[in-house]
Amino acid sequence: MNSVTLQNIKKTYDKGNVLAVDDVSFEVKEGELFGLIGPDGAGKTSIFRILTTLLLADSGSASVAGFDVVKDYRAIRNSVGYMPGKFSLYQDLTIRENLQFFATVFGTTVEANYDLIKDIYEQIKPFNNRRAGKLSGGMKQKLALCCALIHKPNVLLLDEPTTGVDVVSRREFWEMLKKLKMQGITILVSTPYMDEASLCERIALIQNGKIMSVDTPDKIIGSYPVDLYAVKSENIYKLLVDLRAYGEVASCYAFGEFLHVTMKEGSGAEQIEKYASGKGHQHVVANKIEPGIEDSFIRLMSVRDATKS
Amino acid sequence: MEEKVIICKELTKSFGDFYAVNKISFDVNKGEIFGFLGANGAGKTTAMRMLCGLSFPTSGEATVAGFNVYKQQDSIKKNIGYMSQKFSLYENLTVLENISFFGGVYGVRKKEIKERSEELIQTLGLQNETKKLVGELPLGWKQKLAFSVAIFHKPKIVFLDEPTGGVDPLTRRQFWDMIYKAADEGITVFVTTHYMDEAEYCNRISIMVDGRVEALDSPGKLKERFSADSMDEVFYKLARGAKRGE
Amino acid sequence: MKQLLVFIRKEFFHVFRDRRTLLIMFGLPVVQIVLFGFALSSEVKNIDIIIYDNAKDVNSTQIINKIKASSYFIMDKEVTTYSDIEKEFKKGDAKCALVFPANFGSDLVATGKAQVQIIADGSDPNIAKTVVNYITAIVSDYQQEINPAGQMQYKINPEMRMLYNEEQNGSLNFIPGVMALILMIVCTALTSVSIVKEKELGTMEVLLVSPFKPVLVLISKAVPYLILSLANFTLILFLSVYVLDVEIKGSIFLLFVESTLFIITCLSLGLLISNATNSQQAALLLSLMGMMLPTLIFTGFLMPLENMPVPFQVISNIVPARWYYLIIKSVMLKGLGFEFVWKETLVLISMTVVLLSIALKKFKIRLQ
Repeated sequence: MNSVTLQNIKKTYDKGNVLAVDDVSFEVKEGELFGLIGPDGAGKTSIFRILTTLLLADSGSASVAGFDVVKDYRAIRNSVGYMPGKFSLYQDLTIRENLQFFATVFGTTVEANYDLIKDIYEQIKPFNNRRAGKLSGGMKQKLALCCALIHKPNVLLLDEPTTGVDVVSRREFWEMLKKLKMQGITILVSTPYMDEASLCERIALIQNGKIMSVDTPDKIIGSYPVDLYAVKSENIYKLLVDLRAYGEVASCYAFGEFLHVTMKEGSGAEQIEKYASGKGHQHVVANKIEPGIEDSFIRLMSVRDATKS
Repeated sequence: MEEKVIICKELTKSFGDFYAVNKISFDVNKGEIFGFLGANGAGKTTAMRMLCGLSFPTSGEATVAGFNVYKQQDSIKKNIGYMSQKFSLYENLTVLENISFFGGVYGVRKKEIKERSEELIQTLGLQNETKKLVGELPLGWKQKLAFSVAIFHKPKIVFLDEPTGGVDPLTRRQFWDMIYKAADEGITVFVTTHYMDEAEYCNRISIMVDGRVEALDSPGKLKERFSADSMDEVFYKLARGAKRGE
Repeated sequence: MKQLLVFIRKEFFHVFRDRRTLLIMFGLPVVQIVLFGFALSSEVKNIDIIIYDNAKDVNSTQIINKIKASSYFIMDKEVTTYSDIEKEFKKGDAKCALVFPANFGSDLVATGKAQVQIIADGSDPNIAKTVVNYITAIVSDYQQEINPAGQMQYKINPEMRMLYNEEQNGSLNFIPGVMALILMIVCTALTSVSIVKEKELGTMEVLLVSPFKPVLVLISKAVPYLILSLANFTLILFLSVYVLDVEIKGSIFLLFVESTLFIITCLSLGLLISNATNSQQAALLLSLMGMMLPTLIFTGFLMPLENMPVPFQVISNIVPARWYYLIIKSVMLKGLGFEFVWKETLVLISMTVVLLSIALKKFKIRLQ
């Protein structure tokens, strides 16, 4: 049973001049924690707005919780919890006032579904009378999540809930999502942070409005076709320039304090070390490593670019 | 002995009895990529403002590009570049107009602006977009252009405020290529960010918690010290105990 | 119903927690009334006058007493030489002077003709003109008193008189104008801004993705501003009566009914603007430039419509404030009843119906 389905969804803006969502199809199963992962401008927010019935797609069909996004838009509005990209809170209302307001708007009370938000709400409860505008990013995020959960939705749609929030709050937030998932709520969450991919059960990688891959994080990483090496030396920039000039190197990107390098067939770590040392680099280290989602993303992007041109 | 372009000694900024920045001390070497991290409200922005010559410290000492932060704010401003993800270029000016405007602001001579902007457009591969409004460019190109404009007047130090948040991984790599290149040419790069994966690219990182610098080292050594796999982990361990929010 | 009430309460929180809104809402009427009432009014009060009385007879004293008695002049100096007048003017201690020749009273009695000289400080032509008019009026008033009924021995300039009367009326005309202006600003600008603000914040997205009916969002936005605007209207009435000593001649009930109608017109305009814009700045700019300016120009309270070029007069017909201004002027200042303003009311009603239906129809249940 699918909670969210999209079929060949296409969306353009500016009278068709800007293609935001390009023939997107994927499903989110009931009770799944599904991540939509891609950079800014990839089309994530447009997809969320189509699913929340805020935008009409140019073509294609989509349904949420069994309801069609066009025909049954009222039913969807009654049954989803939605947290838009900007945490939508009234800055001049207190935590309690915000929560009560949204509860009433959704035709319920804070008390009625208290058990669902209890764990999250208790963390911000000490600041009940503080205005939302004066809360830290992490606290705003928690309050927004409470507001989105207040009517006990079956499906939770979270558009970039962790953007602009510090590491500590981000971790806590993903912990909360796991707990909500255990209560049977389907969660579709988008993020520009590649490292959050591994926290989802399944992910879709999106770039320029197109889905590049949909699978579990492990399988996406597992499908990385070649060996990947992490290389470093004393002078990382010179190493980058040198390796790119090396005929045996297929790709070479900076990756934190290392360079991530793939080789043409038949070459490995030894060749890299030998070549780099030959170029006068000190303390060259080259190790074969497991690729991450980000490596996969770059590879998928490069493959697309290559086929396009 | 390496040349130091930023020297901070017990730099402090207080608002009443609130110490936004509390006696921070560190040095940044020439050509170094220095990561300046901290959670929201840790005091990053306040510290950076003092270093950019935008606000006076309450106490302590600091020199930036050899100039005193109390007395020579104007000289500091001439010798630094600044770029943030939020604002950098005028969206309703064309690529060329932006370059010549910012070049002019920093007192680059007209002839030089012309020559160098051609060169810059070549390197960025923007030949066909020079007459386009910056607002029409994709985010990644905007950021690359913004960085190029920030170092157009060949500053000694360039301050980057969360420069690569939100861009795709490939563009981000290209962006870091540019930063590495600038550093290689001797420009010191000072990156403030709370994106930890951005931090991993830096030569050295300082982490601010509640107005103090709690850790300062290379990413590798910090990970070792906190027995962590990623900077994320290091930061989490340090910032978990932070008292203040935003 | 409960949802609606909670929503309305929330709107009041927004208003009362935002100093700027409060200032616009309640500071504006006070400032406007005071500004228009005193500073911009062409009526002049408490003018320093110098008397140079060479006659010192019964007639001159009587005129001087009349001037003393009027609230327009303060007479604290008498001079004894002609050149003193100029000195006082130069010091800025006086704005005008009245000179009686030595044989003023005797001339008047003997020949039926006498002269007085009025000297005014011409550096402020408006005040000078007004002052001359006032003194002329007082003098001719005195002439009326001493002349036997039906016998006019002196030429009286009737134009002067009319000017004199017009000054008094003019100061009242701005009150209905200010009312229209303030209601326009408060209703149109604040309503549109408050809706657009929700769009900017993203809260509109959440509200739309809720069981709450979109039309109710509009109603909940409109109701608080309707109430606040009525409070505002009451405030202006109070200020007019107690600060500016204006007498409300017509029915207060009728005033409130007509004002409610006008407020709804303005609210509809505000809703329309909020539909067309996505940023608070744009909404504010559109309401201020698009609404306030026409209200100022085409209502007729700053400059008479009759003197405008014909195209402007035609345009003025589509400005709602113009009709409201006519209604209020008739009811409040002239004391006329509904039977005299029903036409204007009908125009206003039709405008409201059209605007409101467009606003409701255009209100988007989606973002695009």
